[in-house]
Amino acid sequence: MITAQRKPMEEIFQSVERFGKILLLGCNECVTVCHAGGRKEVAMLASALRMGRLKQGSPLAVDELTLERQCDPEYAEELALAIDKYDAVCSMACGCGVQTIAGRYQGLPVLPMVNTTFMGASERQGVWAERCAGCGDCVLGLTGGICPVARCSKRLFNGPCGGSSKGKCEISPEVDCAWQLIWDRLKQLGQTELYTRIMEPKDWRTARDGGPRRIVREDMAI
Amino acid sequence: MKSDSNLERVLAAGHFAVTGELGPPRGANLETIKEKAAHLKGMVDAVNVTDNQTAVVRMASWAVSLVIKEMGLEPNYQMVCRDRNRLAMQSDILGASALGITTMLCLSGDHPSFGDHPQAANVHDIDSIQLIKMVSTMCEQGRFLSGGEIDTPPHMFVGAAANPFGDPFELRALRLAKKVAAGADFIQTQCIYDFPRFTEFMRQAHDMGLTEKTKILAGVTPLKSAGMARYMANKVPGMSVPAEVVKRIADQPKDKQAEEGIKLLCEQVEQLKTIPGVAGVHLMAIEWEHRVPEIVERAGLLPRPQL
Repeated sequence: MITAQRKPMEEIFQSVERFGKILLLGCNECVTVCHAGGRKEVAMLASALRMGRLKQGSPLAVDELTLERQCDPEYAEELALAIDKYDAVCSMACGCGVQTIAGRYQGLPVLPMVNTTFMGASERQGVWAERCAGCGDCVLGLTGGICPVARCSKRLFNGPCGGSSKGKCEISPEVDCAWQLIWDRLKQLGQTELYTRIMEPKDWRTARDGGPRRIVREDMAI
Repeated sequence: MKSDSNLERVLAAGHFAVTGELGPPRGANLETIKEKAAHLKGMVDAVNVTDNQTAVVRMASWAVSLVIKEMGLEPNYQMVCRDRNRLAMQSDILGASALGITTMLCLSGDHPSFGDHPQAANVHDIDSIQLIKMVSTMCEQGRFLSGGEIDTPPHMFVGAAANPFGDPFELRALRLAKKVAAGADFIQTQCIYDFPRFTEFMRQAHDMGLTEKTKILAGVTPLKSAGMARYMANKVPGMSVPAEVVKRIADQPKDKQAEEGIKLLCEQVEQLKTIPGVAGVHLMAIEWEHRVPEIVERAGLLPRPQL
């Protein structure tokens, strides 16, 4: 899933200071699962904004709404009838959702309330970790199911650098060395010969380096 | 000879090679380079010129390499994968070779989080093994990474690093094998204090036939003080400094610790000469260039061969 974290309150207050009435817009997908921008977080931020602005002596009217999926034009359409009431939409969705709303309602400021962080998985309750960099050419089949692009701090393709120590990355004892994990898993799978092959330089065109990416599926077009 | 490298000639002639190191200045200051280089002249066969080491901005390694080359030293031009993509790397290699740099060292590079610009984009377009292969292909096949033809190919004696003290240990010789397969003509290792582990690493490398295919220079660094010994032991990732080494330095009074460090280094060099497959030493006297003449003299590494 896409993970996100709410922006610092100070930044949020600053970004809405010129508005009197906003729509705080959540999303029922990834940001709900990672507790950043679902219905519950919308309610909490709405209360904080109302109280904060009341204390400042310039009340802010905040309506709350959570769309099924903010990155889908079909759901973005649900706002069409009521949108004129607001000075701005404050989106708690990921950057994809924010841009979908901004693209549909061109005349209205649409502001991000979260920082979209990474594509990751839940490690345990309350902990998410990056797992995929969306490079567009998956190598997990060659690396024991552990991604060197997303999980090695230097995205090395041919093994651990000299900074790997006791299973941890040189940048922090909190970060696992991806190549230690890859090696351990290759051993477990009896695939250590995969390590001995030199992995050639990656073609980054399939990643962001090739320019903004699109997927066009002619077979799906209506 | 595949290049015009002095280090290549020294190694090919079977001499026990000695390389040194010079860190470029944090400014457009030629004088400090010349001063440091003067201490190294005639003392070592090649001088590693570091490339933004520890991810701190310094004068370009190619520029400093040219300065010391003009002074009659052989630069070992270091290049890391952290700061440049494959276009910049290949163009720098062409420029370096055209201007007479003959020896280079291919490295991953320390992570930007250690340096003075932790905000920087962390490039890593290619990794160090891919870099070794890219340089080798440029030199030997006259082709860019893209496959395109180079009109006048560069010539480099290509080096790589090995850290026998990084984990997982069982991968260290295998990773060395990949560097050799990629085209590494010589290897310089991380500083060695943990001899049992280094000896085991060399045994594995030797058994795999790697010491036949590449020349391994063992890294040594004089410990200047107990503080430095403790720092190396506790703070440098992928470094192994046994407690007895730290104790040996720390047991000396403060004004004798540097002397003890040099004594230890001389003993290490003697020991390294007895390990099969060790073709020389890489002396990293960090910010201690002025002590290099004394160190190489006392370690019995002089005179250096003139070939």
